[in-house]
Amino acid sequence: MNDTRVLDTSTGIPNGKLGMWVFLASEVMLFGGFISSYVILRTGSPYFSIPPREMLGVPLATLNTFVLITSSVTMVLALDAVQKGSVKGLVRYLSATLFLAFCFLGIKAYEYHHKWLEGITLTSGLFGSFYYTLTALHALHVIGGIVFISYLLAMALKGRYDSREHARVEYAGLYWHFVDLVWVVLFPIFYLL
Amino acid sequence: MSAERSNTKVYLGVFAALAFLTALTVWASYLDLGKGRNIALALAIAFFKVSLIAAFFMHLKSEKRAVHALFYGAALLALLLFLLVLPDLGLP
Amino acid sequence: MTAAVHREESFIGKWIFSRDHKVIGLQYMFTSLVFLLIGFSLILLIRWQLAYPGRPIPFIGDLLPDSLAPGGIMMPDFYNSLGAMHGTIMIFLGIVPLGVGAFGNYFLPLQIGAKDMAFPTLNMSSYWVYFVGGVLMLSSFVLPGGAARAGWTSYVPLSVISSGQTTWLLAMTFLITSSLLGAINFIVTTLNLRAPGLTWSRLPLFVWAQFVTGLILLFAFPVLQAGAVLQLLDRVAQTSFYMPQGLIISGELSQRGGGGNALLWQHLFWFLAHPEVYVLLLPPMGIVAEILANGTRKPIFGYKEVAGSFCFIAVLSFMVWAHHMFVSGLKTSLSYLFMTTTMTISIPSIAILTCYLLSLRNASIRYTVPMLFTLAFLPMFGIGGLTGLPLGFTPTDVYLHDTYYVIGHFHYVVVTGTLIALFGGIYYWFPKMFGRSMNMFWGKVHFWGTIVLMNLIFFPMFIQGLAGVQRRLYDPTVQLHNLTVQPTNVLMSYASWGLLLFQVPFIVNFFWSIFKGARSEENPWQATTLEWACPSPPLPHVNFEKVPTVHRGPYEYSVPGREADFWPQNEEN
Repeated sequence: MNDTRVLDTSTGIPNGKLGMWVFLASEVMLFGGFISSYVILRTGSPYFSIPPREMLGVPLATLNTFVLITSSVTMVLALDAVQKGSVKGLVRYLSATLFLAFCFLGIKAYEYHHKWLEGITLTSGLFGSFYYTLTALHALHVIGGIVFISYLLAMALKGRYDSREHARVEYAGLYWHFVDLVWVVLFPIFYLL
Repeated sequence: MSAERSNTKVYLGVFAALAFLTALTVWASYLDLGKGRNIALALAIAFFKVSLIAAFFMHLKSEKRAVHALFYGAALLALLLFLLVLPDLGLP
Repeated sequence: MTAAVHREESFIGKWIFSRDHKVIGLQYMFTSLVFLLIGFSLILLIRWQLAYPGRPIPFIGDLLPDSLAPGGIMMPDFYNSLGAMHGTIMIFLGIVPLGVGAFGNYFLPLQIGAKDMAFPTLNMSSYWVYFVGGVLMLSSFVLPGGAARAGWTSYVPLSVISSGQTTWLLAMTFLITSSLLGAINFIVTTLNLRAPGLTWSRLPLFVWAQFVTGLILLFAFPVLQAGAVLQLLDRVAQTSFYMPQGLIISGELSQRGGGGNALLWQHLFWFLAHPEVYVLLLPPMGIVAEILANGTRKPIFGYKEVAGSFCFIAVLSFMVWAHHMFVSGLKTSLSYLFMTTTMTISIPSIAILTCYLLSLRNASIRYTVPMLFTLAFLPMFGIGGLTGLPLGFTPTDVYLHDTYYVIGHFHYVVVTGTLIALFGGIYYWFPKMFGRSMNMFWGKVHFWGTIVLMNLIFFPMFIQGLAGVQRRLYDPTVQLHNLTVQPTNVLMSYASWGLLLFQVPFIVNFFWSIFKGARSEENPWQATTLEWACPSPPLPHVNFEKVPTVHRGPYEYSVPGREADFWPQNEEN
């Protein structure tokens, strides 16, 4: 809709793209606040106990990390496809991204259930509190991404996008890559260290 | 035309790098290099992965100054929060 | 491009759910003024208790329920709620929505020659989210448990165990969201929607101030949101992010897991709340620049230095927060660091004030009502700023922290500083918003009564603070050393009730003038900036008849060789 106004803006960046980057800057601060709190209490609190490695389910989480990274690739390939004029490619890669996003959430749900039964709960200790809070916040962002990408898929199927008009695909991509980026940080600090 | 094909190549190349780095960071976590070094290594790998995603998938590499300023500004401020609170509450 | 598109707009689409930044600005203005009045009334109740501790409140005491004030005598918990809510309402529901939401939304697009904000729908949402958050915040008074009572600063562990705090945290989420949506709009709009010829060095200082303020909000608020989520979880899910091990509450050992750190909340809170005070300060400083240039018929002295100082303050504001924590048990090496950064941030603040003062030199001042408020801002902000220095200097802060000295300091900056400037802005921009002017005689009455009484309320606070009177005290007379200065409490209370009376001419003048004020022309103050180059009020949805082109800086007043003493930015020659 608002793709062709690149020349209208004083910076040359379309409003939507600049707006998305500005929003992502605030998200850096949001996750930064949570992550800092986690790391600081983990290193500083004598009562912060870390569950043994076996309880964390590293192999499954590693798989989930691959799933999310792959969804990031399919998302950028979706943009690439529509930039080259291929609506079919756009639809295909958006669908793949959605599928992988749901896989991520499914694995996450399994992980939560499993850990809770094993004794890592929201109140079993600070590790559990931070683990569920941060990964749930991340999962909420994944859900937001699913909503946004589903909307794009619906529009794509209606033929609304072509090689010149596809700005929102790019903006959703920025958001989705950011969600992946956050997970790249969360994964080692909860599962590996 | 070749520019478009090389786009896909770049994305798949970054994908391969990210997959490799993920495997690397998991493998490295099973080594005992000393707590500090393990942390430093994991963070370094994570930082590298983040840079790849930002530069190539988010196209930060080809973005204008304003976008760079926003992103690095936020990252620096988050780091500032962390680095100033850590000495107070974080070190036992 | 030249004619406005005339579509059939329903009443609801035109005035309730409008995407026009001017309507949204007015919505923010009316709502924030109402909230300011409510926040003001809360402290007027407290002032009775402070002047006459334990005596029944006249008239209103009979109307208050027994749970809050049995027999008309204020309960300590109610006192605490009034205090916590006064601060919260004034800052988050009053001053910021007025300075940023109202003035920013209305005049930022106009001053850059734009039709509207970059994201009009987002803009509309930001107002309604603010409105819902405000109503939720106020509703806490009538919800079970009552309103929050752990200070506007909500320090843990008290805030985790006390009543009313959950509503506070939920309402803050709405308010933070609203601010973030607004900040995104302001930043993108200023970067992207400037009229042809409007370079950064030709921007009015008001626009600089709003842009920088947007950046502060964007980077600072999310951290408080994170902290608030953790506090909410501590309250409702029994987590222990902030609750230390072995906490004893009312004589009993807490059953929580523990292991958390109470100071973490203070860090996360002040990481926002310190930059927040510059959010309170910068837009009014921008308004002062506009009125000052206009009223002195001269360019602002040191435009580049003022704009640069706005930016420098914004950056530094993120590095000074722990000066609120000097006596909290903060690591002393960090105290040194934060003391140094805090002393440093006074430099750009003084630079701005100095430039404004130097702008008066050799000026032919027009003593209009907006100019009176603007001139008063200068020494008042001077007092406010200077009294901050002993607070930023750790050794003296150890004595002054949590005394009335602190309250005097920040009220001088925010009330006699920011609020006075905002009043000036209302009188100045009223003709543009409504096509009519306010009555200037009653404006002068409002001004003199307000400025004198404000000083009578807040100056004695420095005396009280230096005498050791602590803040948030339900009954100041229980501490013997307070008795010598207790008479000042009586003076301050009468001054505060008098201040309420002097707002009546303002309120009446404001509403009466909207309908019956003298009709105003397009540029009644003979100003140079772009908001005066469109009709009063500006055209719905497009503002300008033709997109303006900017040819010169924002304050080309008294340019040698020209007949008129002002040269509008968009005028060809």
